[in-house]
Amino acid sequence: MGGADILAVRLLKTVAFAAVLVLAAWARAETITVSAAISLKEVLADIAQPYQAETGEMVEFNLGASGTLAAQIYQGAPVDLFISAGPSQVDELVGAGLADGGTRTAIAGNRLVLIVPKSDANPPKSFQDLTDSRFVHVAIGDPKIVPAGQYAMQTLRSLRLDQVLASRLVMGQNVRQVLLYVSRAEAEAGVVYATDAAAAADAVKIAAVADEATHDPILYPAVIIKSGKTAAAAKFLQYLKSEKAQAIFAAHGFTAPAAAPAAATQKSGG
Amino acid sequence: MSPLPHALLQSLRIALVATAGVVLIGIPIAYLLARRQFTGKAVVETLLTLPLVLPPTVVGYFLLILLGHHGLLSRPLQFSILWRWYGGAVAAAVVAFPLLLLPARAAFASVDRDLEEVSRLMGANRLQVFWHISLPLAFPGIASGILLAFARALGEFGATVMVLGIQDRTNTLPIFVYEQFEQISPVGLVPAVLLLFAVTLGIIILYNRLPAGRN
Repeated sequence: MGGADILAVRLLKTVAFAAVLVLAAWARAETITVSAAISLKEVLADIAQPYQAETGEMVEFNLGASGTLAAQIYQGAPVDLFISAGPSQVDELVGAGLADGGTRTAIAGNRLVLIVPKSDANPPKSFQDLTDSRFVHVAIGDPKIVPAGQYAMQTLRSLRLDQVLASRLVMGQNVRQVLLYVSRAEAEAGVVYATDAAAAADAVKIAAVADEATHDPILYPAVIIKSGKTAAAAKFLQYLKSEKAQAIFAAHGFTAPAAAPAAATQKSGG
Repeated sequence: MSPLPHALLQSLRIALVATAGVVLIGIPIAYLLARRQFTGKAVVETLLTLPLVLPPTVVGYFLLILLGHHGLLSRPLQFSILWRWYGGAVAAAVVAFPLLLLPARAAFASVDRDLEEVSRLMGANRLQVFWHISLPLAFPGIASGILLAFARALGEFGATVMVLGIQDRTNTLPIFVYEQFEQISPVGLVPAVLLLFAVTLGIIILYNRLPAGRN
């Protein structure tokens, strides 16, 4: 064997070694971080299980108020996929160039409900009944950061109840905190999503369902964050849109997503 | 009123009311602890000093257990401190209390007992001795304690946020800062932080100028 042959063998070994490394990295399961509206807590856990079993890819969830999550991403949190409960948070991230607007997809919808503690013997029959003085504290999400609070304010404004109730509103930092306030009967009533009420059916009961004409459509737009693992995020997003995942959404009480609006068209602001 | 000035006024209101309460309750107790022995004194002193080291959120939790909507003390009396500004004042007072109690007790303990004895011999009753002898002599130490208590009440966050929640109507400056931090465009954050920094800096400067503070 001459010197050229030895060199060729060495080169071949190096290339083979490099190829194995690349293949190994590509084959290794990705863990993606998904920041999602807290009302999706149970349904996403139920969807992630089969996803992880089928693909071997891990999903970590970071749950909270959509506004809080958007602020975290804005401040540089390493998130791969963002699922908001409202459009304005996604608009802000797309506008800031942090999220890929082209990947924006609504994955579910919801209904807005008025809840009272389960022990309430004489529950209100409508939102209008909240003007009664026995409702000392009415809990809603903080409209600054909680989409459920934005929808709640839209409904209250539509029904001309916002001025009357202004001094009685107590703000939750996310919709689950609103749920908690009513579960513990600290607030006499609260406004959450229908799915939240279902998740706490042993502690609260639905008194009324908001007329959909009184608030913007409740949709959960998902969007891929540009600086994250976009391929793995796209894979999970695709799964969320699949029939299997959509059936799990439906089983939890979520409604099917109508076409998401291209940009926010909110009734008189959030 | 916009949220930032409103939060400043709320902070001042809560801190002033809390400090007033701490002074009214704390000074007599400090005098008692400095001058008297009684069974269980060690337990009492421990309990009263506890808020100094107890995590503020734990303090908030206990306050709600006692005085919240389903509070052990408040429910029978049909009141609640939850989401009410005076609840914030109670929370601030509880955490600030040891900061007055400890210096005040030390100040009373350091008052020359002979002076008190002489005054009694000359016919003064206990209240007159306290008011005309003990209190004035102990005052430098008490004053520094009042300043510390006020600063603590002003800056209190953990217990107050559990009692007050977060909303424009009841926000104190520290809660306002925390709330701003969660926004994408925190317009009020820097002014609020500078304001809090300036006020507390002023208090510490004052504290260090006091005779007792210079020790």
